Amino acid sequence: MYIKQVSVFLENENGRLDDALRILSEGNINILSVCIADTADYGVLRLILGESERGCKILKDAGMAARMDDVIAVVVENEVGSFGKVVKMIQDEGIGIRYIYGLSIPTDGAPIALKTDDQEKTVKVLERGNVKTLSPEDMQAF
Amino acid sequence: MIWNEAKECMPRDEIRALQSSRLVKVVNRVYHNVPYYRKKMQEVGLEPGDIRGVEDLSKLPFTTYEDLNAAYPFGLAAVPPSELVRVHASSGTTGKPKIGVYTRRDIDIWAECVARCLTMAGITRDDIIQVGYGYGLFTGGLGAHYGAEYLGALVIPMSTGNTQKLIDMMIDCKVTAIACTPSYLLHVAEDIEKMGVLDKIHLKAAICGAEPWTDEMRDQMEKRLRIKAYDIYGLTEIFGPGVANDCEYHRGLHIWEDHFLPEIIDPSTLEQQPEGGDGELVITNLTKEGMPLIRYRTKDLTSLEYDKCECGRTMARIQRFRGRTDDMLIIRGVNVFPSQVEAALLTINGMTPHYMLVVDRVDNADTLEVQVEVADNIFTDEISSLEKLSKEVHDKLRQAIGLNAKVRLVEPGGLEHFDGKSKHVTDKRNLYK
Repeated sequence: MYIKQVSVFLENENGRLDDALRILSEGNINILSVCIADTADYGVLRLILGESERGCKILKDAGMAARMDDVIAVVVENEVGSFGKVVKMIQDEGIGIRYIYGLSIPTDGAPIALKTDDQEKTVKVLERGNVKTLSPEDMQAF
Repeated sequence: MIWNEAKECMPRDEIRALQSSRLVKVVNRVYHNVPYYRKKMQEVGLEPGDIRGVEDLSKLPFTTYEDLNAAYPFGLAAVPPSELVRVHASSGTTGKPKIGVYTRRDIDIWAECVARCLTMAGITRDDIIQVGYGYGLFTGGLGAHYGAEYLGALVIPMSTGNTQKLIDMMIDCKVTAIACTPSYLLHVAEDIEKMGVLDKIHLKAAICGAEPWTDEMRDQMEKRLRIKAYDIYGLTEIFGPGVANDCEYHRGLHIWEDHFLPEIIDPSTLEQQPEGGDGELVITNLTKEGMPLIRYRTKDLTSLEYDKCECGRTMARIQRFRGRTDDMLIIRGVNVFPSQVEAALLTINGMTPHYMLVVDRVDNADTLEVQVEVADNIFTDEISSLEKLSKEVHDKLRQAIGLNAKVRLVEPGGLEHFDGKSKHVTDKRNLYK
């Protein structure tokens, strides 16, 4: 199932990441997972937050470019080759993977965030393959 | 050396008499052949008979970019279309380009003007000259080309874009002169140094124009390339390069007053300034047939000196340009208006008008960076989409202004906004001193 991800546009300049994190901490928002995709000039900070909607709003209110998207949270079993199996399952259906990163939340197995060209179809494929996914409710526990 | 001594060294009173008779003729021509001009003159109650000489110049209405735009493309042509043989154009402030049209005789006069400039730089029919200006709508390439051919020099039409080939041919053909933008020549100098081939080049003179440059740049190119460098001035609306040029004494650019009647006005009151006064340069085409402009406001700020030059020429000298009355930038010889950039950006879905143009000169080449704010509605979580956006901005700008800009996405609010009106240009080159 889907979970909410908040992404923030950051220029590659000293202190920009710090600003975003400070805004969240001042708003008492817990960061569950973090990933940065970077280029030479800028980066996109991708966050899984304790309170996504409120987190996104306070970032925007502070003048930052922020948005909320659905990503699929997959729990991969702690076994050699299991991650490859999941990726292959998706690729065999002809679905392109836009990005992927590890989630740092405590759970049995390795949680991974995933965004693809066709999210709905991906969820169906994963269900069919008995791959465990996390729901927003699951996230409340963290 | 002087190409046309009879004209270039004419006594001042004879220049004035020649200008007066030519002014009367051109005013008659535009009044009778250009409805747009006739209407403009009638609106201020002027008839051709009211203009009896240079002393009546200030009675005539000005011509501005807005007139060119309103009459675009051929509304200011003073001859039937069958007499026209060429069109050139440069960027306009908004919308339509500034266009110039030429008859066969115009092309000849223009070529002679350029030949005078080349001769001033010591170039003769024995020289081999590379033209490193762009060939096309831009007046630089074909203007310099026709002038050099008129002079009888051997012309190599390099155009722009391949510095390696330019240097190779410069060595192989024993090129002795070059016409290009000053920043490009410094870029060429750098490559020659990198290649270690300075001893293999035979260059002795450079005619540089299409953008303002400083004495420091001249010193640099003269020392590094062991040449003499000269400044050439012109504008598409009036002719193109070759309206004025500086001689070996570098006391200002001699303007060919038998073809172009210069005056200086106060840009705020529009009053004609006395001799030597500072203000905006205004030029009247005295001999052009295709599209003669009457009191065209160049928007270039300078002054004119009329004393006889040590070189023997009596033609007035345009002094160092002190800036512009508008926000036009000249980048790599290309005229760029911030309004063009804004119009191009706003064709992109969701783009805000918050942008900044950063112009700099790095290793003697002009650089243009366009900073664009990533507003909420264009921000995405995917790098590939943001890169696509950068590319779209780059391509739209290339289409609009013909330059490759580096696009930098910045955070919203990252650019300064002043009183709701943003400052859109940071020019670090410091060209007007």
